[in-house]
Amino acid sequence: MAEAIVFYGLAALILGFAVLVISTRNTVHSALYLVVNFLLVAMLYVMLGAEFLAAIQVLVYAGGIVVLYLFVVMLVNLKRPPETHQDPRRQTRLGLALASALLAELAAIIVYSATGESAPAATAAAAAGADIAGGNVEQIGMLLYTNYLIPFEVASMLLLVAMIGAIVLAKREL
Amino acid sequence: MLEAYVPILIFVFVATGFAIFTLIMSGLLHPERYNKVKLEPYECGIEPETDARDRYSIRYYLVAMLFVIFDVETVFMFPWAVIMDELALFGLIEMIVFLFILVVGYVYAWRKGALEWA
Repeated sequence: MAEAIVFYGLAALILGFAVLVISTRNTVHSALYLVVNFLLVAMLYVMLGAEFLAAIQVLVYAGGIVVLYLFVVMLVNLKRPPETHQDPRRQTRLGLALASALLAELAAIIVYSATGESAPAATAAAAAGADIAGGNVEQIGMLLYTNYLIPFEVASMLLLVAMIGAIVLAKREL
Repeated sequence: MLEAYVPILIFVFVATGFAIFTLIMSGLLHPERYNKVKLEPYECGIEPETDARDRYSIRYYLVAMLFVIFDVETVFMFPWAVIMDELALFGLIEMIVFLFILVVGYVYAWRKGALEWA
């Protein structure tokens, strides 16, 4: 019961800050709201028994990614007024299409989780997390470096591509 | 299990509460006596000449990007370090392969001069 209250409180806060992120006119403030949002999501991970993921969320997302966002904001000329597209209804149509796609997806998830027997997966994972209580780094490591060895090595390739891409984009003159 | 996080929750409440309390109390108690010297941005230092909302060099972005990439690399090394004894030689070899691919990127960044500021 207490966990349900904490979950719904957290979920409401996460949604509230997400709305603030996209509704604030000041882009720097928007990035700062995103930090709060990431921290709250980390708390959600803690509730699910995923302590390692929560620590990573704080380290990488709240610490690193937001710094990257802030530098991108500083790259953009904020003093220039936003340009209007030639077709003023373009964004409305695109937004409507994307929003209906998202709505359909959410409806599918709700129907699936209400009727199907997929719900035990989450509770089983939470129970497994509750069993060890000290942390699940060992479990993650054991899975990552044995069963999911190929995705792990592919991840390094992905990081390599990101690094080279950033250098090519930023240092074209060299 | 979640009871272990109660101290952290108390810590968050105390820290937030202290910040709010300090802001409110200083707002209520501070005297309002302003003069020209007091309103200067720096007591000693160069006065800002332009707006801070200017476009910054892309070098900052490049440094931040490289930081995030090596940050994620380190994240992958944490669980590996915890169970290194169980994985033994197999784990060592796969981590060497992982690191080798990233060292290729590191050498590329170095030779392209991405790590230099000038």
